[in-house]
Amino acid sequence: MDLVFYIASALAVVAALLAVTRAEAAHALVWLVASLLATAAVLFTLGAPFVAAMEVILYAGAVMVLFVFVVMMLDVARPRETNRRLANPRVWLGPATLCAALLILLVFVLSRATGEAGDVTPADVMEITPKRIGVTLFTHYLLAVELAGMLLLAALVGAVHLGRQLRREGRRV
Amino acid sequence: MLDYLYLLPALPGAAFVVLAVLGKRLSQPVAAWVGVAPTAAAAAVTLAIAAECLAAPPRGGSFRQTLWTWLAAENFRVDVAFYLDPLAIVMAATVAVVAVFVLLHAVEYMAGDDGFSRFFAVMNLFVAAMLVLVLADNLLLLYVGWEGVGLCSYLLIGFWKRDPANGRAARKAFLVTRVGDTALLIGIVFLLVHLGTLDIHGLQVAARNAWAPGAACAVLAAAMMLAAAVAKSAQWPMHIWLPDAMAGPTPVSALLHAATMVTAGVYLVARLGVLFTLAPAVQWATAGIGSATMLLGGAAALTQTDLKRALAYSTMSQIGLMFAALGVGAATAAIFHFLTHAVFKSLLFLAAGSVMLAVGHSSDMARMGGLRRSLPRVYVAFLAGAAALAGLPFFSGFFSKEAILAELWSHGDGAHVLWAVGLAGAFLTAWYAFRLVFLVFHGPARVVVAHRPTWVARVPMLSLAALAVLAGWVQWPGVVENGQFVAHFLDASFDRILPSMSLAPEPTPATRWMLLTSATAAAIAGATLAWWTTHRVHARAAEKITQPASLFTRVLRYGVADRAWRAVAFAGLWIGNQLARMQTGRVRWYAATLAAVTVLAVLAAVFL
Amino acid sequence: MNILSVVSGHHGLAVAAALFAVGLLGVLTRRNLLFVLLSLEIMLNAAGLAFVAAGALWGQADGQIMFLFILATAAAETAIGLTLLLIVFREKRNLNSDAIADVPHVSSRGVKSNHPFEGDKPVANSQ
Repeated sequence: MDLVFYIASALAVVAALLAVTRAEAAHALVWLVASLLATAAVLFTLGAPFVAAMEVILYAGAVMVLFVFVVMMLDVARPRETNRRLANPRVWLGPATLCAALLILLVFVLSRATGEAGDVTPADVMEITPKRIGVTLFTHYLLAVELAGMLLLAALVGAVHLGRQLRREGRRV
Repeated sequence: MLDYLYLLPALPGAAFVVLAVLGKRLSQPVAAWVGVAPTAAAAAVTLAIAAECLAAPPRGGSFRQTLWTWLAAENFRVDVAFYLDPLAIVMAATVAVVAVFVLLHAVEYMAGDDGFSRFFAVMNLFVAAMLVLVLADNLLLLYVGWEGVGLCSYLLIGFWKRDPANGRAARKAFLVTRVGDTALLIGIVFLLVHLGTLDIHGLQVAARNAWAPGAACAVLAAAMMLAAAVAKSAQWPMHIWLPDAMAGPTPVSALLHAATMVTAGVYLVARLGVLFTLAPAVQWATAGIGSATMLLGGAAALTQTDLKRALAYSTMSQIGLMFAALGVGAATAAIFHFLTHAVFKSLLFLAAGSVMLAVGHSSDMARMGGLRRSLPRVYVAFLAGAAALAGLPFFSGFFSKEAILAELWSHGDGAHVLWAVGLAGAFLTAWYAFRLVFLVFHGPARVVVAHRPTWVARVPMLSLAALAVLAGWVQWPGVVENGQFVAHFLDASFDRILPSMSLAPEPTPATRWMLLTSATAAAIAGATLAWWTTHRVHARAAEKITQPASLFTRVLRYGVADRAWRAVAFAGLWIGNQLARMQTGRVRWYAATLAAVTVLAVLAAVFL
Repeated sequence: MNILSVVSGHHGLAVAAALFAVGLLGVLTRRNLLFVLLSLEIMLNAAGLAFVAAGALWGQADGQIMFLFILATAAAETAIGLTLLLIVFREKRNLNSDAIADVPHVSSRGVKSNHPFEGDKPVANSQ
């Protein structure tokens, strides 16, 4: 299991890096799906099978399908210059330094922030069953669930509204 | 009769509601009746209550009327309640009586104005708010009245709203006094947190038990109250709004910006006397600010060419005298001077209003002169007011000013300086008061009189003139045995809560005569000098004499405080402009900023 | 059911941090709005992963529940973001975030401002 974790982690990070640097949107999406699937494996090894399934179904499935649809609709006037642009260190050096600083800082902070959890030895990492999640979600977090529902409803209404605008303008153009 | 106490604010408040709702549908005579009669009734009730209290003081010297509970949390309770003691009686009676005369005069002054009913609506709201302020039993209710009069002041200064200059003057007054209002609110919350009550009387008892004299808490609370009073009463360095406030109609200047509203600060300091005795440093600051304002205001009044502005600076100066008295703990003398000042200053403003009507709605003194033959009754009224202001013997101002000067003298070693400053102020006051009289009513006539006051304007002016002469006779100087009726009456208010007011020994009869003589001499010398500069000396030379005074005027108008707060505003604008450059519309730039700040924040959290 | 052996939650957190940094890199370097949205997905995913890893560390279900909420937020964000992206593309025929940057009320020299007290000279002596 150990090995699975490290291989999946490496795959997730590398695939994400590739997704971010591709010139073609479609290629980037494929790498992103790969990254998300690898992340799902990581989640599974962390004892979260339910969330791993959610990751596959919703992230790698539904959300990515949205992206694919949009890419198809755009038939993107592909920014060919992107590759050449990204080859130029002036473009990425500054942001990369910033991101590296953030990464180092986060790893540093996380490694220090053991707290009481440090008492849990790795051997104790337990699988958390979907049943436990469900019970907690619909008792302790009930209000948050309602709020998430409201958020999704608002997003739905907003998307429909913006989509109508899109259709009107599409007819006009 | 005491049970009708609530009628005092309720009657003008009802008039406000009627006028505000029906407003333009009322004809002017009806609106005038609705505007004046309730306040007159309230004044009658006030006088009846005062008479009853004089004849048979209520048990314990004070009377409390609770209307309803406003807020009630566990240990915190605020009632809408009125508190009547001799101080409240004097304040309420003065406010109500002066208000009636000013409103009556305004019926003529405002006749034919488009906003006639609006004017009377707001004036009635003001009277109601002012009475709530002086009768309030707790600081929260007092704050309601305090803000109410501030609102009315704003509405009335900008009454002629078509002229943008009036709107600017109104905003200026509102904003400057707002600084003090905020200080008052901070002070109230501070007192509530530390003493657990807002009841004015209970609060002072608690303060005296909790804090030693000079304790940091007491100093801070008193300083906040002083800041509020300084802004409301137009004392240096917050005086800048008062001269511009003369943009309002003249009755407004008479009632709000001379007689009542601007003296709310005096009332506040007198009411919270215990708090101030616990903070000697703040008391000295009060006396210092008052003395400085008295001199600066007097000097500025001397150089004005505008009648109303001269009177505004005079108001500042006279309130400065009251503050000086409060600073040495002489609350009785300060309140007595408030009473006489309310009478003679509102009289001066009403007379000025009639003069302005006569010369065609202008307060420029270049258009006036020689009016004593065409407006004889106005002349008599103005002369009585000016004599009272100058403190000529046996006019009301003489008695109150003498009382303050005597208190300043007897306060102790350092206070002889205050006494000397006060004497100089009295001299300046007499000088500018009679300069106004001679410039406006003597000399050659410049314009044809357009309007003569009818009985509606004459009755209030002559009544106030009579009061300006007689109002002082209730408090004779110390040389007259047992003649201090006001002091005895008011002492019931202050003795109970204030620890021994004056530690200095009683002055000897010889000292008293000296004080009396010097005050009289200062007044007469000032008046004589005024006559000499206006009659015997060429105008150019007179200007030379007042040259140093005009320097003060410039300091007052574009003073340090003014520049300082402008600098604050400019700094804010400059920083805003610099920050606006960050708003480039480039999403990547925003994201980079967010990331960089996150890095810095985490760094700070980890390593600091 | 101790199948999960020795994978340290701390390592999970480190992976989350790495993914987050990669996503941020994408947001900062890419000008194409589609790629910006895509990178945001990576960042949100990384945040979710961090919650799950922390939850595993504590043996609590709360981390996974937070992941579910992040999922809901991400779904909403994606739907709205992509719709807006389509509208921008219709309007501008361009998805370059720098090219479409356009804040009309701000000039390069900051807000065109007035004197704060313009006309607020002291009222003249006569009124």
